Amino acid sequence: MFDLTGRVALVTGATGGIGAATARALHARGAKLALTGRRAAELEALAAELGGEAVLVAPADLADPAAPAALVEQVEGKLGSLDILVNNAGFTRDMLALRMGDADWAAVLDVDLTAPFRLARAALRGMMKRRHGRIVSIASIVGVTGNAGQANYAAAKAGLIGMSKSLAQEVATRGVTVNVVAPGFVKTAMTDALPEAARTKLLERIPAGRMGTPEDIGAAVVYLASAEAAWVTGQTLHVNGGMAMI
Amino acid sequence: MSETAEKVKKIVVEHLGVDEAKVTEDASFIDDLGADSLDTVELVMAFEEAFGVEIPDDAAEKITTVKDAIAYIDGQKG
Repeated sequence: MFDLTGRVALVTGATGGIGAATARALHARGAKLALTGRRAAELEALAAELGGEAVLVAPADLADPAAPAALVEQVEGKLGSLDILVNNAGFTRDMLALRMGDADWAAVLDVDLTAPFRLARAALRGMMKRRHGRIVSIASIVGVTGNAGQANYAAAKAGLIGMSKSLAQEVATRGVTVNVVAPGFVKTAMTDALPEAARTKLLERIPAGRMGTPEDIGAAVVYLASAEAAWVTGQTLHVNGGMAMI
Repeated sequence: MSETAEKVKKIVVEHLGVDEAKVTEDASFIDDLGADSLDTVELVMAFEEAFGVEIPDDAAEKITTVKDAIAYIDGQKG
């Protein structure tokens, strides 16, 4: 089950905790990988760890509107196909809405929502032709529950869910599924930045009694990317230790 | 039949999985050949690729029959 041998996967934000763990998980199931992110040295280190020529390092800045299409073209050209797109790249710029400038709003929406759309649009062309494809976007629990201080990030993550449901309906007849994984609080550099008191408070709200690991998320992506999940589309898989049961 | 017409019909047969005999020049992709909106988008993409032309959205909307496609492509190559 969940064999991905011969499939080509593009993981954006592969320098981050969840991105790297997802790349490792897909690789472990046999997928060929294209890794992208802004920090080339970290991508190279991950590629070296995974080993072999089946890993393509393609640094890109997704804030650049031309980057997504170029990236898909590069992956299809060099690895022969693009079967699995994992929209994982994202960043936060938290502040209360009263203080949030237009630029803070737009920067987060651009990278966390618009870039995934551009990537999906570029990837769908080949996927539809091949009558097979998997698009998995990493959203967040806050896209469903909201979170004070994250109007921009929560809007982008909620947008990913609406976008994925729409795309899923458009391409379902072509063997392409479009789904979302919505992590709860996962131990990454992003959540390490939280003050200790805030972290303790958070833990009290997680029935499983622990923060998630990047591997918890990678496993969910592998499932949605697999042949076994062919009939699952337009869904949001919440992986959050029970913090929100939606 | 012109070379363009032949190639267009071949693409339509392949993409829509319809009988060649049904692909007359007057055939409408949606009404006669059972295409849905996504099929028509795919067809336009296939024409673009096969003929090396760019078909903008407003032009693509007007290509509803086999004849329309042939005329547009011939016009571009003109």
